[in-house]
Amino acid sequence: MTSKAARVHAEPAVYVYEVPVRLWHWVNALAITVLAVTGYFIGSPLPSMPGEAIDNFLMGYIRFAHFAAGYVVAIGFLFRIYWAFMGNEHARQIILPPLFSVEWWKGVMHEVRWYLFLTKEPKKYIGHNPLAQLVMYVVFFWGIVFMIVTGFALYGEGTGMGSWQYEMFSAWVIPLFGQSQDVHTWHHLIMWYIIVFVIIHVYVAVREDIMSRQSIISSMISGWRTFKDTRRIEGDEF
Amino acid sequence: MTETFYEVMRRQGISRRSFLKFCSLTAAALGLGPEFAGKIAHAMENKPRIPILWLHGLECTCCSESFIRSAHPLAKDVILSMVSLDYDDTIMAASGHQAEAIVEEIVEKYKGNYIVAVEGNPPLNEDGMYCIIGGKPFVEQLRYATEHCKAIISWGSCASYGCVQAARPNPTQATPVHKVITDKPIIKVPGCPPIAEVMTAVVTYMLTFERMPELDRQGRPKMFYSQRIHDKCYRRPHFDAGQFVESWDDEGARKGYCLYKMGCKGPTTYNACSTIRWNEGTSFPIQAGHGCIGCSEDGFWDKGSWYARLTDINQFGIESNADAMGGGVAAVVGGAVAAHAAVSAVKRAANKGEE
Repeated sequence: MTSKAARVHAEPAVYVYEVPVRLWHWVNALAITVLAVTGYFIGSPLPSMPGEAIDNFLMGYIRFAHFAAGYVVAIGFLFRIYWAFMGNEHARQIILPPLFSVEWWKGVMHEVRWYLFLTKEPKKYIGHNPLAQLVMYVVFFWGIVFMIVTGFALYGEGTGMGSWQYEMFSAWVIPLFGQSQDVHTWHHLIMWYIIVFVIIHVYVAVREDIMSRQSIISSMISGWRTFKDTRRIEGDEF
Repeated sequence: MTETFYEVMRRQGISRRSFLKFCSLTAAALGLGPEFAGKIAHAMENKPRIPILWLHGLECTCCSESFIRSAHPLAKDVILSMVSLDYDDTIMAASGHQAEAIVEEIVEKYKGNYIVAVEGNPPLNEDGMYCIIGGKPFVEQLRYATEHCKAIISWGSCASYGCVQAARPNPTQATPVHKVITDKPIIKVPGCPPIAEVMTAVVTYMLTFERMPELDRQGRPKMFYSQRIHDKCYRRPHFDAGQFVESWDDEGARKGYCLYKMGCKGPTTYNACSTIRWNEGTSFPIQAGHGCIGCSEDGFWDKGSWYARLTDINQFGIESNADAMGGGVAAVVGGAVAAHAAVSAVKRAANKGEE
């Protein structure tokens, strides 16, 4: 590398993730973990509890944790959409990506080449790189929308006809899928879809933290993005 | 033919006292207040009864079998005599051309003012040749009889959803009634069979109030299909406690624990079995120690084993379920991530060497 020969573009640190975004990220991460674990045990319960029914409430507690965490995700999600409009420009990257921008799609392709080891160096972005935006938008954003809608539809079956959960969700979601069992199956499948997202998300965050030209993990804690070299930042951050 | 229900009942030797009992019991079953018992009695005494044509398509007659075993003997007698006076090819006295003539007679005489109850469904493949009634495809009889009817009752899962004859691969293309007749109000009373009391109550409601009971979005009467078996199951406390039958005839089974792990479909099935029960309130599947198979739900034959909690997914030609598939994908992705990390590390080391 012909180090520092090009023009020096000093950009020591940029404030990217505001407090609400960071708070939402970690609360959401925790709630999704609780949802996946309790959700799995609702589908495949633990071995039977000994003793009298009156002394035990295991399934009740597991389901309570699931529903409570579900509310946390749903309310947090609504707040996050609000913040996409009220926060800084980075706050809307994963919710309103520029899907009609040719430049942006070129950026996506560049990142794909970077992950396929076809290009030596990734580009430098202040916010998320275009591929990250695309994956978070398609997999995470719509995945969570799906889970919230089907989740409330299933929850509404318990709260019953007349409850707002039933009227707003169960009443149309269940006939749409055919029957309740189908909604359960899809809710279960998309859980795995989100688990796969989490695996990839954590991996690329760690990998980018090591191999890319900007900070990743520490940015989601401090909010500041720092850069490892002083060369140009890619066009804009989309 | 302006006989009222009450007259029919009296003719059959039913006392007025028994008649009033029936009215109050039916009001209770329908979830109506005590004042409605009088209204039902009044309607039955004064309104000319509405003729019912009871058609049979592809079916097993389990709906009829259930119907004639209604707990309250009066309901059975009343409704049965009424039906047999008109048309029901399984239980009426007439047969052959005489029987088929009744359909025409009713359609002509009561245009727009009779009800068609359908048990079973029409197969549409080969122009409907898989079900022939009186020398003609059943689908033709269905279209003819429903053309001028007031409303349609879809008895059972066959008429409502297709049931076993519509299960994959459905060679006869058996089709539920609402997909063939689209311009008439249809009330679905699913179940394989539906509960007898539910059937008689639905008929009584329609005859008394001359309108359909309140239906949910899938066209089922709310008073019987608004809750899941699970919601009113007497084994529900064991579910909440986390006490399950782990295998047939184990300690949990003997103690009457929840059958969730044995594939009970109670949590996804809307019906009244856990409250009304069967055979004069004697029992219902879960009480007998067997999980619910979800017989009143759409496509219940195609959701995999009745003894597995998770639905089978057959789209990829392999026996699978959500966990097997999702877990498999997650394992593959995990492996891919590890491989990618290894290549990344090697590349990085190589690049460092170059520098």
